[in-house]
Amino acid sequence: MIRIANGQGFWGDWLEAPVRLVEDGPIDFLVLDYLAEVTMSILQKQKQENPNLGYARDFPPLIGRLAPRLRERGIKVIANAGGVNPTACARAVMEAAPGLRVAVVQGDDVFSRIDEFLAKGYEMRDMDTGEPLAGIRGRILSANAYIGAFPLAAALDCGAQVVIAGRSTDTALTLAPMIHAFGWGAEDWNRLAAGTIAGHIIECGAQCSGGNCQVDWQTIPRMADIGYPIIEAESDGSFTVTKHERAGGRVNLDTVKEQLLYELGDPRNYITPDCVAHFTSIQLENSGPDRVRVTGIRGGPRPPTLKLSISYANGWKSIGTLVYSWPQALGKARAADQIVRRRLVELGLGFEEIYTEYFGVNACHGPAAPPNPDPPEVQLRIGVRGQDRKAVDRFTRELIPLVLNGPPGATGFGEGRPPVREIVAYWSALIPREEIATCHEVFG
Amino acid sequence: MKKPLGTIAHTRSGDKGDTCNIGVIALKPEYYATIVREVTPERVKAYFGELVKGRVEQFELPNLAAVNLLLHESLGGGGTVSLRVDAQGKTYGAGLLGMEIDVD
Repeated sequence: MIRIANGQGFWGDWLEAPVRLVEDGPIDFLVLDYLAEVTMSILQKQKQENPNLGYARDFPPLIGRLAPRLRERGIKVIANAGGVNPTACARAVMEAAPGLRVAVVQGDDVFSRIDEFLAKGYEMRDMDTGEPLAGIRGRILSANAYIGAFPLAAALDCGAQVVIAGRSTDTALTLAPMIHAFGWGAEDWNRLAAGTIAGHIIECGAQCSGGNCQVDWQTIPRMADIGYPIIEAESDGSFTVTKHERAGGRVNLDTVKEQLLYELGDPRNYITPDCVAHFTSIQLENSGPDRVRVTGIRGGPRPPTLKLSISYANGWKSIGTLVYSWPQALGKARAADQIVRRRLVELGLGFEEIYTEYFGVNACHGPAAPPNPDPPEVQLRIGVRGQDRKAVDRFTRELIPLVLNGPPGATGFGEGRPPVREIVAYWSALIPREEIATCHEVFG
Repeated sequence: MKKPLGTIAHTRSGDKGDTCNIGVIALKPEYYATIVREVTPERVKAYFGELVKGRVEQFELPNLAAVNLLLHESLGGGGTVSLRVDAQGKTYGAGLLGMEIDVD
């Protein structure tokens, strides 16, 4: 049996979580997931400004902090912290924790190969809209192929203590140590699917161990000390989801089921670079306090294609707010919205979208929100987006004047004009997997 | 008898681009059939009204006593494009708990 823990569900997750995982009980592998769909584009921009950046900068100091315990207990770390510059990330890790054996997995970054792919006739149509990639060619900011668990497992096989990848899938980080430790084959579909589903359960950190759980949330023990999840994996593909005993939080059928369904598409076919996992085969049972046993998982062959994660510039947006107080808070906010819209029209400014929400009334659930006819206060939130930065910038000047020249009782303007942000949009497409060759390099 | 969905189910929701998914999980296994029957694509689309521009799909997971709903074109363009506060659909699941259904 091996123990695999997840200590970061995204870049920005709780910094203490990985420290507690290595301090509070036994684990063999620590998995850290840093990359969301748009993170790559942010990192690409950082690399363009400084060729030594472009990776998750939280990661090297964390490894520096953990290094004594990692050495003492032989804990191995697998992280997609490399972003668009895994080698620079490895260099920073070796500075922060000298002497650790660090491996870098490369081959996912295809930013420089887009024209080659287009010339070969790959249209790379967006998987949502069906549009060909050529239409946004000039605006592409980053392009990466999602890579699977086998290249990561190969790096572990070489004795690396820290494996740094770029755009690997979130689930591959957890599956890789199982392939490494148990010697699973590339066509072991059922076991690969089991490891993939284990990865799905823990990839969002504490979201399977009591965080964001609806059932009896008021009674979840010591949420301030919440324990991040641990998979106890067996060589036959069965596994147990748990947490360190001394940590807070809760692991039961409710918390695990909620996470199983998180960001799920067709449950019959969960497609990864390594296999297709069948969520309809999962069997769960409570097997003790804060323990859920998972068995029966079945999978099928991996697809002939890999998914590309491409980001591109798609205009500008800004969102501003004002607060209106009782009485007639909602009526005042609605009147203010009409005034802003009228002034934008009179200025001759065009936008792709103007969108208004009323916090305290309908922002989260729209028409499904329970009626609240006389709220004590309402926050008006107006957003605009479009390709013309100047128009968006002009919009940001239209909210604060309302405090003096609009309906009575407006406040909450202390932050000043809202910022204008560039929209980095996401494009997903497929490419034959033969086009993507991965390799790893070991340092130290 | 009419009751809110939240009396027999819990939910979690999230995003994939401009599609929101809502996992609806029976609080007891015996409620599963009611959820499959009552939480239909048509009723979910009508419940959220103008928030959901595309179609709604329902997938069954009898092994977890749960259904997975996909609400297409429901996040204002999704991710970074969206002007909505809940651009990632985090609260859609909680919103669905208020939907009135026929309970046996």
